Amino acid sequence: MNFDDLFRGFEELTITGLAQGSVYALVALGYTLVYGVLRLINFAHSEVFMFGTFAAVWIWGVMGFDADSSRPAVWLALLLILVAMVFAALVSGGVAMLVEVSAYRPLRKRNAPPLAFLITAIGASFVLLEFMALPFMSDRRQIGMPPMLPTAPIISVGGWEVNPLQLMTIVVALVMMFSLDWFVNKTKFGRGIRAVAQDANTAALMGVNKSRVILLVFLLGGLMAGVAAVLASMRTGYTRFNIGFFLGIKAFSAAVLGGIGNLRGALLGGLLLGLIENYGAALFGTEWKDAISFLVLVALLMFRPTGLLGESLGRARA
Amino acid sequence: MLLEIDNITLLYGRIQALHGISMQVEQGEIVALIGANGAGKSTTMRAISGLRPIASGRIMFEGEDISNVRADLRVIRGISQSPEGRGVFPGMTVRENLDMGAYTRKDSAAIAQDLDRVMDLFPRLKERERQQGGTLSGGEQQMLAVGRALMSRPKLLLLDEPSMGLAPMLIQQIFTIITEINQQGTTVLVVEQNAQQALSRAHRAYVLETGNIVKSGTGPDLLHDPAVKAAYLGVA
Repeated sequence: MNFDDLFRGFEELTITGLAQGSVYALVALGYTLVYGVLRLINFAHSEVFMFGTFAAVWIWGVMGFDADSSRPAVWLALLLILVAMVFAALVSGGVAMLVEVSAYRPLRKRNAPPLAFLITAIGASFVLLEFMALPFMSDRRQIGMPPMLPTAPIISVGGWEVNPLQLMTIVVALVMMFSLDWFVNKTKFGRGIRAVAQDANTAALMGVNKSRVILLVFLLGGLMAGVAAVLASMRTGYTRFNIGFFLGIKAFSAAVLGGIGNLRGALLGGLLLGLIENYGAALFGTEWKDAISFLVLVALLMFRPTGLLGESLGRARA
Repeated sequence: MLLEIDNITLLYGRIQALHGISMQVEQGEIVALIGANGAGKSTTMRAISGLRPIASGRIMFEGEDISNVRADLRVIRGISQSPEGRGVFPGMTVRENLDMGAYTRKDSAAIAQDLDRVMDLFPRLKERERQQGGTLSGGEQQMLAVGRALMSRPKLLLLDEPSMGLAPMLIQQIFTIITEINQQGTTVLVVEQNAQQALSRAHRAYVLETGNIVKSGTGPDLLHDPAVKAAYLGVA
Protein backbone atom coordinates (compact mmCIF):
# COMPACT_ATOMS: atom_id res chain seq x y z
CA MET A 1 0.00 0.00 0.00
CA ASN A 2 1.29 3.35 -0.98
CA PHE A 3 -0.08 6.02 1.33
CA ASP A 4 2.44 8.53 0.04
CA ASP A 5 0.86 8.59 -3.38
CA LEU A 6 -2.58 8.92 -1.86
CA PHE A 7 -1.62 11.88 0.33
CA ARG A 8 0.53 13.64 -2.23
CA GLY A 9 -2.03 13.30 -4.99
CA PHE A 10 -5.10 13.66 -2.77
CA GLU A 11 -6.46 16.87 -4.32
CA GLU A 12 -5.97 15.70 -7.87
CA LEU A 13 -7.38 12.25 -7.13
CA THR A 14 -10.45 13.83 -5.56
CA ILE A 15 -11.18 16.13 -8.50
CA THR A 16 -10.56 13.38 -11.06
CA GLY A 17 -12.71 11.02 -9.03
CA LEU A 18 -15.59 13.46 -8.81
CA ALA A 19 -15.49 14.20 -12.54
CA GLN A 20 -15.33 10.51 -13.42
CA GLY A 21 -18.02 9.80 -10.83
CA SER A 22 -20.31 12.43 -12.36
CA VAL A 23 -20.23 10.51 -15.63
CA TYR A 24 -20.96 7.24 -13.82
CA ALA A 25 -23.85 8.91 -12.03
CA LEU A 26 -25.42 10.26 -15.22
CA VAL A 27 -25.29 6.85 -16.86
CA ALA A 28 -26.41 5.14 -13.65
CA LEU A 29 -29.63 7.16 -13.77
CA GLY A 30 -30.65 5.28 -16.92
CA TYR A 31 -30.27 1.92 -15.20
CA THR A 32 -32.03 3.08 -12.09
CA LEU A 33 -34.98 4.73 -13.84
CA VAL A 34 -35.75 1.67 -15.94
CA TYR A 35 -35.23 -0.65 -13.00
CA GLY A 36 -37.51 1.46 -10.81
CA VAL A 37 -40.38 1.15 -13.25
CA LEU A 38 -39.85 -2.26 -14.87
CA ARG A 39 -37.64 -4.16 -12.41
CA LEU A 40 -35.41 -4.78 -15.40
CA ILE A 41 -31.67 -4.26 -15.81
CA ASN A 42 -31.45 -2.72 -19.24
CA PHE A 43 -28.08 -4.07 -20.34
CA ALA A 44 -28.46 -2.26 -23.65
CA HIS A 45 -28.00 1.01 -21.79
CA SER A 46 -24.21 0.85 -22.21
CA GLU A 47 -24.81 0.91 -25.98
CA VAL A 48 -27.20 3.81 -25.60
CA PHE A 49 -24.22 5.62 -24.13
CA MET A 50 -21.93 4.39 -26.91
CA PHE A 51 -24.27 5.79 -29.58
CA GLY A 52 -24.05 9.15 -27.82
CA THR A 53 -20.27 9.23 -28.23
CA PHE A 54 -20.59 8.53 -31.96
CA ALA A 55 -23.31 11.14 -32.28
CA ALA A 56 -20.84 13.68 -30.92
CA VAL A 57 -18.16 12.61 -33.41
CA TRP A 58 -20.63 12.80 -36.30
CA ILE A 59 -22.09 16.18 -35.50
CA TRP A 60 -18.64 17.66 -34.95
CA GLY A 61 -17.51 16.07 -38.20
CA VAL A 62 -20.44 17.61 -40.05
CA MET A 63 -19.44 21.00 -38.66
CA GLY A 64 -15.87 20.45 -39.86
CA PHE A 65 -14.12 19.36 -36.67
CA ASP A 66 -12.23 16.10 -36.37
CA ALA A 67 -9.28 14.69 -34.46
CA ASP A 68 -6.82 16.62 -36.63
CA SER A 69 -8.49 20.00 -36.16
CA SER A 70 -6.78 22.58 -34.03
CA ARG A 71 -8.36 23.62 -30.75
CA PRO A 72 -11.19 26.14 -31.40
CA ALA A 73 -11.64 29.38 -29.47
CA VAL A 74 -13.29 28.91 -26.10
CA TRP A 75 -16.64 30.43 -27.08
CA LEU A 76 -16.77 28.26 -30.18
CA ALA A 77 -15.79 25.18 -28.19
CA LEU A 78 -18.61 25.83 -25.72
CA LEU A 79 -21.06 26.23 -28.58
CA LEU A 80 -19.83 23.05 -30.27
CA ILE A 81 -20.11 21.12 -27.02
CA LEU A 82 -23.64 22.38 -26.43
CA VAL A 83 -24.68 21.35 -29.94
CA ALA A 84 -23.05 17.94 -29.46
CA MET A 85 -24.78 17.43 -26.11
CA VAL A 86 -28.20 18.20 -27.52
CA PHE A 87 -27.61 16.00 -30.55
CA ALA A 88 -26.09 13.12 -28.57
CA ALA A 89 -28.88 13.31 -26.01
CA LEU A 90 -31.47 13.03 -28.79
CA VAL A 91 -29.65 10.15 -30.48
CA SER A 92 -29.19 8.26 -27.21
CA GLY A 93 -32.77 8.97 -26.17
CA GLY A 94 -33.95 7.73 -29.55
CA VAL A 95 -31.90 4.55 -29.36
CA ALA A 96 -33.16 3.88 -25.82
CA MET A 97 -36.78 4.28 -26.97
CA LEU A 98 -36.11 2.08 -29.99
CA VAL A 99 -34.85 -0.70 -27.71
CA GLU A 100 -37.95 -0.41 -25.55
CA VAL A 101 -40.38 -0.45 -28.46
CA SER A 102 -38.71 -3.16 -30.51
CA ALA A 103 -37.32 -5.45 -27.80
CA TYR A 104 -39.10 -5.08 -24.45
CA ARG A 105 -42.60 -4.01 -25.35
CA PRO A 106 -43.37 -7.13 -27.43
CA LEU A 107 -42.24 -9.26 -24.47
CA ARG A 108 -44.53 -7.41 -22.08
CA LYS A 109 -47.45 -7.95 -24.44
CA ARG A 110 -46.82 -11.69 -24.20
CA ASN A 111 -46.32 -11.65 -20.42
CA ALA A 112 -42.82 -13.05 -20.81
CA PRO A 113 -40.98 -14.19 -17.66
CA PRO A 114 -38.19 -11.96 -16.22
CA LEU A 115 -35.44 -14.18 -17.63
CA ALA A 116 -36.67 -13.57 -21.17
CA PHE A 117 -36.26 -9.84 -20.55
CA LEU A 118 -32.75 -10.34 -19.25
CA ILE A 119 -31.65 -12.38 -22.25
CA THR A 120 -33.30 -9.88 -24.57
CA ALA A 121 -31.46 -7.03 -22.86
CA ILE A 122 -28.13 -8.75 -23.46
CA GLY A 123 -29.17 -9.53 -27.02
CA ALA A 124 -30.21 -5.94 -27.71
CA SER A 125 -26.86 -4.79 -26.38
CA PHE A 126 -25.00 -7.05 -28.84
CA VAL A 127 -27.16 -5.99 -31.75
CA LEU A 128 -26.38 -2.32 -31.13
CA LEU A 129 -22.71 -3.03 -30.52
CA GLU A 130 -22.25 -5.05 -33.69
CA PHE A 131 -24.29 -2.60 -35.70
CA MET A 132 -21.85 0.16 -34.82
CA ALA A 133 -18.95 -2.20 -35.62
CA LEU A 134 -20.19 -2.79 -39.18
CA PRO A 135 -17.86 -1.74 -42.03
CA PHE A 136 -20.05 1.16 -43.13
CA MET A 137 -20.41 2.39 -39.53
CA SER A 138 -17.17 2.51 -37.53
CA ASP A 139 -15.55 -0.61 -38.99
CA ARG A 140 -14.28 -1.48 -35.50
CA ARG A 141 -11.88 1.42 -35.66
CA GLN A 142 -11.06 3.81 -32.87
CA ILE A 143 -12.19 7.31 -33.77
CA GLY A 144 -10.48 10.33 -32.28
CA MET A 145 -12.37 13.28 -30.84
CA PRO A 146 -11.50 16.81 -31.93
CA PRO A 147 -9.82 18.84 -29.19
CA MET A 148 -12.30 21.18 -27.54
CA LEU A 149 -11.63 22.81 -24.19
CA PRO A 150 -8.23 24.17 -23.11
CA THR A 151 -6.45 21.87 -20.67
CA ALA A 152 -4.84 24.43 -18.35
CA PRO A 153 -6.47 24.61 -14.90
CA ILE A 154 -9.29 27.10 -14.66
CA ILE A 155 -9.47 26.98 -10.88
CA SER A 156 -6.34 26.81 -8.80
CA VAL A 157 -6.59 27.17 -5.03
CA GLY A 158 -3.78 25.70 -2.95
CA GLY A 159 -3.21 22.19 -4.25
CA TRP A 160 -6.70 22.07 -5.77
CA GLU A 161 -6.59 22.38 -9.52
CA VAL A 162 -9.62 21.94 -11.72
CA ASN A 163 -9.39 21.95 -15.49
CA PRO A 164 -12.23 23.26 -17.66
CA LEU A 165 -13.47 19.83 -18.70
CA GLN A 166 -13.61 18.60 -15.11
CA LEU A 167 -15.48 21.71 -14.04
CA MET A 168 -17.92 21.35 -16.94
CA THR A 169 -18.42 17.64 -16.26
CA ILE A 170 -19.26 18.12 -12.61
CA VAL A 171 -21.47 21.17 -13.17
CA VAL A 172 -23.37 19.77 -16.14
CA ALA A 173 -23.91 16.42 -14.41
CA LEU A 174 -25.27 18.10 -11.30
CA VAL A 175 -27.58 20.36 -13.30
CA MET A 176 -28.88 17.40 -15.30
CA MET A 177 -29.44 15.36 -12.17
CA PHE A 178 -31.23 18.06 -10.25
CA SER A 179 -33.43 18.76 -13.26
CA LEU A 180 -34.33 15.09 -13.47
CA ASP A 181 -35.00 14.96 -9.74
CA TRP A 182 -37.28 17.98 -10.05
CA PHE A 183 -39.04 16.49 -13.06
CA VAL A 184 -39.74 13.19 -11.32
CA ASN A 185 -40.80 14.72 -8.01
CA LYS A 186 -42.59 17.90 -8.98
CA THR A 187 -44.26 17.49 -12.36
CA LYS A 188 -47.35 15.60 -13.38
CA PHE A 189 -45.44 13.31 -15.75
CA GLY A 190 -42.97 12.62 -12.97
CA ARG A 191 -45.85 11.70 -10.70
CA GLY A 192 -47.03 9.30 -13.38
CA ILE A 193 -43.59 7.67 -13.41
CA ARG A 194 -43.57 7.29 -9.64
CA ALA A 195 -47.10 5.92 -9.70
CA VAL A 196 -46.17 3.18 -12.17
CA ALA A 197 -43.01 2.44 -10.16
CA GLN A 198 -44.97 2.06 -6.93
CA ASP A 199 -48.04 0.22 -8.17
CA ALA A 200 -48.56 -0.24 -11.91
CA ASN A 201 -52.13 -1.56 -11.65
CA THR A 202 -53.35 1.27 -9.48
CA ALA A 203 -51.57 3.73 -11.75
CA ALA A 204 -53.66 2.37 -14.66
CA LEU A 205 -56.78 2.92 -12.54
CA MET A 206 -55.75 6.57 -12.27
CA GLY A 207 -55.65 6.80 -16.05
CA VAL A 208 -51.88 6.56 -16.42
CA ASN A 209 -50.83 5.07 -19.74
CA LYS A 210 -48.18 2.62 -18.63
CA SER A 211 -46.61 2.19 -22.07
CA ARG A 212 -46.17 5.92 -22.41
CA VAL A 213 -44.59 6.20 -18.96
CA ILE A 214 -42.17 3.39 -19.78
CA LEU A 215 -41.23 5.06 -23.05
CA LEU A 216 -40.68 8.33 -21.20
CA VAL A 217 -38.42 6.59 -18.71
CA PHE A 218 -36.27 5.15 -21.49
CA LEU A 219 -36.12 8.57 -23.12
CA LEU A 220 -35.01 10.27 -19.89
CA GLY A 221 -32.33 7.65 -19.27
CA GLY A 222 -31.14 8.05 -22.86
CA LEU A 223 -30.95 11.85 -22.60
CA MET A 224 -28.75 11.55 -19.52
CA ALA A 225 -26.53 8.95 -21.19
CA GLY A 226 -26.14 11.13 -24.30
CA VAL A 227 -24.89 14.10 -22.29
CA ALA A 228 -22.62 11.79 -20.30
CA ALA A 229 -21.27 10.41 -23.57
CA VAL A 230 -20.10 13.84 -24.75
CA LEU A 231 -18.44 14.60 -21.42
CA ALA A 232 -16.78 11.18 -21.18
CA SER A 233 -15.48 11.08 -24.73
CA MET A 234 -13.90 14.50 -24.43
CA ARG A 235 -11.89 13.04 -21.57
CA THR A 236 -10.88 9.78 -23.24
CA GLY A 237 -10.23 11.61 -26.53
CA TYR A 238 -11.64 8.85 -28.70
CA THR A 239 -14.55 6.50 -29.06
CA ARG A 240 -14.96 2.94 -30.21
CA PHE A 241 -17.91 0.60 -30.80
CA ASN A 242 -17.25 -1.19 -27.49
CA ILE A 243 -16.54 1.88 -25.38
CA GLY A 244 -19.81 1.45 -23.49
CA PHE A 245 -19.03 -1.97 -22.14
CA PHE A 246 -16.84 -1.14 -19.16
CA LEU A 247 -18.48 2.16 -18.45
CA GLY A 248 -21.86 0.44 -18.46
CA ILE A 249 -20.73 -2.04 -15.84
CA LYS A 250 -19.29 0.76 -13.72
CA ALA A 251 -22.43 2.85 -13.97
CA PHE A 252 -24.60 -0.15 -13.17
CA SER A 253 -22.42 -0.81 -10.12
CA ALA A 254 -22.81 2.82 -9.10
CA ALA A 255 -26.59 2.44 -9.31
CA VAL A 256 -26.47 -0.68 -7.14
CA LEU A 257 -24.07 0.97 -4.72
CA GLY A 258 -26.42 3.90 -4.16
CA GLY A 259 -29.53 1.73 -4.15
CA ILE A 260 -30.96 0.78 -7.51
CA GLY A 261 -34.27 2.42 -8.32
CA ASN A 262 -33.25 5.45 -6.31
CA LEU A 263 -32.34 8.62 -8.25
CA ARG A 264 -30.33 10.28 -5.51
CA GLY A 265 -28.70 6.93 -4.88
CA ALA A 266 -27.38 6.97 -8.44
CA LEU A 267 -25.73 10.33 -7.79
CA LEU A 268 -24.21 9.21 -4.52
CA GLY A 269 -23.14 5.83 -5.90
CA GLY A 270 -21.57 7.39 -9.00
CA LEU A 271 -19.53 9.97 -7.11
CA LEU A 272 -18.42 7.44 -4.50
CA LEU A 273 -17.37 4.94 -7.12
CA GLY A 274 -15.35 7.61 -8.92
CA LEU A 275 -13.57 8.55 -5.70
CA ILE A 276 -12.97 4.98 -4.51
CA GLU A 277 -11.51 4.08 -7.88
CA ASN A 278 -9.04 6.92 -7.88
CA TYR A 279 -8.01 6.64 -4.23
CA GLY A 280 -7.73 2.88 -4.66
CA ALA A 281 -5.54 3.24 -7.73
CA ALA A 282 -3.18 5.49 -5.79
CA LEU A 283 -3.06 3.13 -2.83
CA PHE A 284 -2.63 -0.17 -4.58
CA GLY A 285 -1.51 0.77 -8.07
CA THR A 286 -3.45 1.61 -11.21
CA GLU A 287 -3.78 -2.03 -12.25
CA TRP A 288 -6.01 -2.60 -9.20
CA LYS A 289 -8.32 0.30 -10.02
CA ASP A 290 -11.27 -1.75 -11.26
CA ALA A 291 -10.79 -4.62 -8.83
CA ILE A 292 -10.95 -2.24 -5.88
CA SER A 293 -14.19 -0.62 -6.90
CA PHE A 294 -15.88 -3.98 -7.28
CA LEU A 295 -14.42 -5.21 -4.01
CA VAL A 296 -15.95 -2.21 -2.27
CA LEU A 297 -19.26 -2.88 -4.00
CA VAL A 298 -19.34 -6.50 -2.91
CA ALA A 299 -18.33 -5.64 0.64
CA LEU A 300 -20.98 -2.95 0.90
CA LEU A 301 -23.71 -5.18 -0.46
CA MET A 302 -22.92 -7.74 2.23
CA PHE A 303 -23.87 -5.22 4.88
CA ARG A 304 -26.47 -3.22 2.98
CA PRO A 305 -28.02 -5.43 0.30
CA THR A 306 -30.32 -2.63 -0.89
CA GLY A 307 -27.47 -0.17 -1.41
CA LEU A 308 -26.66 2.99 0.49
CA LEU A 309 -29.95 4.82 0.08
CA GLY A 310 -32.25 1.81 -0.29
CA GLU A 311 -34.41 0.80 -3.17
CA SER A 312 -37.31 1.95 -5.26
CA LEU A 313 -38.02 5.10 -7.20
CA GLY A 314 -41.26 5.50 -5.35
CA ARG A 315 -40.69 4.41 -1.80
CA ALA A 316 -37.73 6.56 -1.01
CA ARG A 317 -39.47 9.49 -2.70
CA ALA A 318 -36.93 9.86 -5.46
CA MET B 1 -78.33 2.07 -18.64
CA LEU B 2 -74.94 3.25 -17.40
CA LEU B 3 -73.24 -0.14 -17.12
CA GLU B 4 -74.38 -3.38 -18.64
CA ILE B 5 -72.43 -6.57 -18.17
CA ASP B 6 -73.48 -9.28 -20.54
CA ASN B 7 -72.55 -12.87 -19.80
CA ILE B 8 -68.84 -12.32 -19.13
CA THR B 9 -66.37 -15.07 -18.36
CA LEU B 10 -62.85 -14.56 -17.11
CA LEU B 11 -59.89 -16.88 -16.75
CA TYR B 12 -56.92 -16.85 -14.41
CA GLY B 13 -54.62 -19.10 -16.37
CA ARG B 14 -56.65 -22.30 -16.67
CA ILE B 15 -58.91 -21.51 -13.77
CA GLN B 16 -62.24 -20.01 -14.69
CA ALA B 17 -63.01 -17.25 -12.20
CA LEU B 18 -66.26 -15.93 -13.70
CA HIS B 19 -68.82 -18.21 -15.34
CA GLY B 20 -71.02 -15.93 -17.39
CA ILE B 21 -72.03 -13.01 -15.22
CA SER B 22 -74.69 -10.54 -16.25
CA MET B 23 -75.65 -7.45 -14.30
CA GLN B 24 -76.74 -3.86 -14.83
CA VAL B 25 -76.19 -0.57 -13.09
CA GLU B 26 -78.58 2.30 -13.73
CA GLN B 27 -77.61 5.95 -13.60
CA GLY B 28 -77.87 7.25 -10.03
CA GLU B 29 -77.99 3.90 -8.28
CA ILE B 30 -75.95 2.33 -5.53
CA VAL B 31 -75.59 -1.32 -6.50
CA ALA B 32 -73.95 -3.81 -4.16
CA LEU B 33 -72.19 -7.00 -5.09
CA ILE B 34 -71.97 -9.36 -2.15
CA GLY B 35 -70.57 -12.84 -1.70
CA ALA B 36 -68.11 -14.93 0.22
CA ASN B 37 -64.34 -14.79 -0.10
CA GLY B 38 -63.26 -16.05 -3.51
CA ALA B 39 -66.73 -15.77 -5.04
CA GLY B 40 -65.36 -13.53 -7.79
CA LYS B 41 -66.38 -10.09 -6.52
CA SER B 42 -63.01 -8.41 -6.95
CA THR B 43 -62.47 -10.23 -10.22
CA THR B 44 -65.72 -8.75 -11.52
CA MET B 45 -64.50 -5.31 -10.49
CA ARG B 46 -61.19 -5.86 -12.27
CA ALA B 47 -63.05 -6.88 -15.40
CA ILE B 48 -65.12 -3.69 -15.29
CA SER B 49 -62.16 -1.39 -14.68
CA GLY B 50 -60.11 -3.22 -17.30
CA LEU B 51 -57.30 -4.59 -15.13
CA ARG B 52 -58.14 -8.14 -16.28
CA PRO B 53 -59.24 -9.01 -19.81
CA ILE B 54 -62.48 -10.97 -20.14
CA ALA B 55 -62.54 -14.23 -22.09
CA SER B 56 -66.06 -13.84 -23.50
CA GLY B 57 -69.19 -11.75 -23.18
CA ARG B 58 -69.13 -7.97 -23.23
CA ILE B 59 -69.13 -4.91 -21.04
CA MET B 60 -71.18 -1.93 -22.18
CA PHE B 61 -70.69 1.54 -20.69
CA GLU B 62 -73.06 4.33 -21.73
CA GLY B 63 -74.20 2.13 -24.60
CA GLU B 64 -70.71 1.47 -25.96
CA ASP B 65 -68.81 -1.80 -25.90
CA ILE B 66 -65.70 -1.19 -23.77
CA SER B 67 -64.65 -4.85 -23.45
CA ASN B 68 -61.38 -4.20 -25.28
CA VAL B 69 -60.67 -0.70 -24.04
CA ARG B 70 -57.50 -0.29 -21.93
CA ALA B 71 -57.92 0.40 -18.21
CA ASP B 72 -56.43 3.90 -18.37
CA LEU B 73 -58.80 4.85 -21.18
CA ARG B 74 -61.80 3.59 -19.22
CA VAL B 75 -60.89 6.16 -16.57
CA ILE B 76 -61.22 8.88 -19.19
CA ARG B 77 -64.65 7.49 -20.11
CA GLY B 78 -65.75 7.91 -16.52
CA ILE B 79 -65.07 4.70 -14.62
CA SER B 80 -63.04 5.07 -11.44
CA GLN B 81 -62.07 2.32 -9.06
CA SER B 82 -60.90 2.25 -5.49
CA PRO B 83 -59.12 -1.08 -5.68
CA GLU B 84 -59.05 -4.02 -3.31
CA GLY B 85 -56.32 -3.41 -0.74
CA ARG B 86 -56.74 0.35 -1.32
CA GLY B 87 -53.77 0.83 -3.64
CA VAL B 88 -52.54 3.96 -1.90
CA PHE B 89 -49.19 5.00 -3.38
CA PRO B 90 -46.97 4.56 -0.32
CA GLY B 91 -44.22 6.94 -1.41
CA MET B 92 -46.52 9.82 -2.28
CA THR B 93 -48.07 12.31 0.08
CA VAL B 94 -51.81 12.35 0.65
CA ARG B 95 -52.03 15.38 -1.60
CA GLU B 96 -50.01 13.70 -4.36
CA ASN B 97 -52.23 10.64 -4.13
CA LEU B 98 -55.29 12.83 -4.58
CA ASP B 99 -53.63 14.62 -7.49
CA MET B 100 -53.06 11.20 -9.08
CA GLY B 101 -56.83 10.74 -8.97
CA ALA B 102 -57.18 13.76 -11.26
CA TYR B 103 -54.38 12.61 -13.57
CA THR B 104 -56.54 12.53 -16.70
CA ARG B 105 -58.04 15.97 -16.13
CA LYS B 106 -56.81 19.36 -17.27
CA ASP B 107 -59.46 21.68 -15.80
CA SER B 108 -57.40 22.92 -12.86
CA ALA B 109 -60.12 25.16 -11.43
CA ALA B 110 -62.58 22.29 -11.24
CA ILE B 111 -59.88 19.99 -9.86
CA ALA B 112 -59.26 22.46 -7.03
CA GLN B 113 -62.98 22.44 -6.35
CA ASP B 114 -63.11 18.66 -6.21
CA LEU B 115 -60.08 18.63 -3.94
CA ASP B 116 -61.97 20.85 -1.51
CA ARG B 117 -64.99 18.62 -1.76
CA VAL B 118 -62.95 15.51 -0.95
CA MET B 119 -61.28 17.29 1.96
CA ASP B 120 -64.75 18.24 3.20
CA LEU B 121 -65.93 14.65 2.95
CA PHE B 122 -62.79 13.40 4.70
CA PRO B 123 -61.47 16.13 7.03
CA ARG B 124 -58.87 13.63 8.22
CA LEU B 125 -57.17 13.77 4.84
CA LYS B 126 -56.78 17.52 5.13
CA GLU B 127 -54.93 17.10 8.43
CA ARG B 128 -52.65 14.54 6.82
CA GLU B 129 -52.16 16.34 3.52
CA ARG B 130 -48.35 16.33 3.59
CA GLN B 131 -47.94 12.88 5.09
CA GLN B 132 -46.73 9.91 3.02
CA GLY B 133 -49.50 7.53 1.99
CA GLY B 134 -47.64 4.55 3.40
CA THR B 135 -47.65 6.01 6.92
CA LEU B 136 -51.44 6.36 7.16
CA SER B 137 -53.59 4.03 9.24
CA GLY B 138 -55.81 1.50 7.48
CA GLY B 139 -58.89 3.67 7.89
CA GLU B 140 -57.13 6.76 6.59
CA GLN B 141 -55.83 4.83 3.59
CA GLN B 142 -59.36 3.71 2.85
CA MET B 143 -60.60 7.29 2.96
CA LEU B 144 -57.74 8.30 0.71
CA ALA B 145 -58.53 5.55 -1.79
CA VAL B 146 -62.20 6.55 -1.95
CA GLY B 147 -61.37 10.26 -2.09
CA ARG B 148 -58.81 9.68 -4.80
CA ALA B 149 -61.29 7.69 -6.88
CA LEU B 150 -63.64 10.67 -6.71
CA MET B 151 -60.99 13.04 -8.03
CA SER B 152 -61.49 11.85 -11.60
CA ARG B 153 -65.12 13.01 -11.34
CA PRO B 154 -66.36 9.56 -12.33
CA LYS B 155 -69.73 8.70 -13.76
CA LEU B 156 -69.36 5.29 -12.19
CA LEU B 157 -67.49 4.78 -8.94
CA LEU B 158 -66.30 1.23 -8.24
CA LEU B 159 -65.54 0.52 -4.60
CA ASP B 160 -63.84 -2.75 -3.75
CA GLU B 161 -64.32 -3.65 -0.08
CA PRO B 162 -64.38 -0.12 1.34
CA SER B 163 -64.97 -1.52 4.84
CA MET B 164 -62.09 -4.00 4.83
CA GLY B 165 -60.09 -3.85 8.03
CA LEU B 166 -62.02 -0.93 9.48
CA ALA B 167 -63.47 -0.54 12.98
CA PRO B 168 -67.31 -0.72 13.12
CA MET B 169 -67.57 3.02 13.75
CA LEU B 170 -65.52 3.76 10.67
CA ILE B 171 -67.53 1.32 8.57
CA GLN B 172 -70.70 3.24 9.43
CA GLN B 173 -68.95 6.47 8.58
CA ILE B 174 -67.59 5.33 5.24
CA PHE B 175 -70.99 4.01 4.12
CA THR B 176 -72.64 7.27 5.16
CA ILE B 177 -70.13 9.04 2.94
CA ILE B 178 -70.83 6.62 0.09
CA THR B 179 -74.52 7.45 0.36
CA GLU B 180 -73.64 11.14 0.38
CA ILE B 181 -71.46 10.79 -2.72
CA ASN B 182 -74.32 9.00 -4.43
CA GLN B 183 -76.78 11.70 -3.51
CA GLN B 184 -74.43 14.25 -5.04
CA GLY B 185 -74.93 12.41 -8.34
CA THR B 186 -72.33 9.66 -8.65
CA THR B 187 -73.42 6.14 -9.50
CA VAL B 188 -71.80 3.58 -7.21
CA LEU B 189 -71.06 -0.11 -7.59
CA VAL B 190 -69.76 -1.47 -4.32
CA VAL B 191 -68.30 -4.88 -3.54
CA GLU B 192 -68.62 -5.86 0.10
CA GLN B 193 -68.17 -8.67 2.54
CA ASN B 194 -70.05 -6.63 5.10
CA ALA B 195 -73.41 -7.56 3.56
CA GLN B 196 -75.44 -5.93 6.31
CA GLN B 197 -74.12 -2.45 5.60
CA ALA B 198 -74.00 -2.89 1.84
CA LEU B 199 -77.56 -4.17 1.53
CA SER B 200 -79.03 -1.54 3.80
CA ARG B 201 -77.42 1.23 1.75
CA ALA B 202 -77.84 -0.15 -1.77
CA HIS B 203 -80.78 0.33 -4.07
CA ARG B 204 -80.17 -3.05 -5.62
CA ALA B 205 -77.77 -5.92 -5.06
CA TYR B 206 -76.40 -9.07 -6.64
CA VAL B 207 -75.21 -12.14 -4.78
CA LEU B 208 -72.19 -13.86 -6.24
CA GLU B 209 -71.21 -17.48 -5.57
CA THR B 210 -68.21 -19.23 -7.14
CA GLY B 211 -68.25 -17.05 -10.22
CA ASN B 212 -72.03 -17.08 -10.78
CA ILE B 213 -74.76 -14.64 -9.86
CA VAL B 214 -77.19 -16.65 -7.78
CA LYS B 215 -79.56 -13.95 -6.64
CA SER B 216 -80.49 -10.36 -7.26
CA GLY B 217 -83.02 -7.90 -5.95
CA THR B 218 -83.49 -4.66 -4.09
CA GLY B 219 -81.31 -4.05 -1.06
CA PRO B 220 -84.15 -4.40 1.48
CA ASP B 221 -85.49 -7.56 -0.21
CA LEU B 222 -82.16 -9.33 0.01
CA LEU B 223 -81.64 -8.07 3.53
CA HIS B 224 -84.74 -10.02 4.53
CA ASP B 225 -84.16 -13.02 2.31
CA PRO B 226 -83.77 -16.10 4.55
CA ALA B 227 -81.06 -17.70 2.40
CA VAL B 228 -79.02 -14.48 2.25
CA LYS B 229 -79.48 -14.00 5.98
CA ALA B 230 -78.19 -17.47 6.69
CA ALA B 231 -75.24 -17.28 4.34
CA TYR B 232 -74.03 -13.68 4.61
CA LEU B 233 -75.60 -11.95 7.57
CA GLY B 234 -74.64 -14.44 10.23
CA VAL B 235 -78.20 -15.04 11.44
CA ALA B 236 -80.15 -18.27 11.15
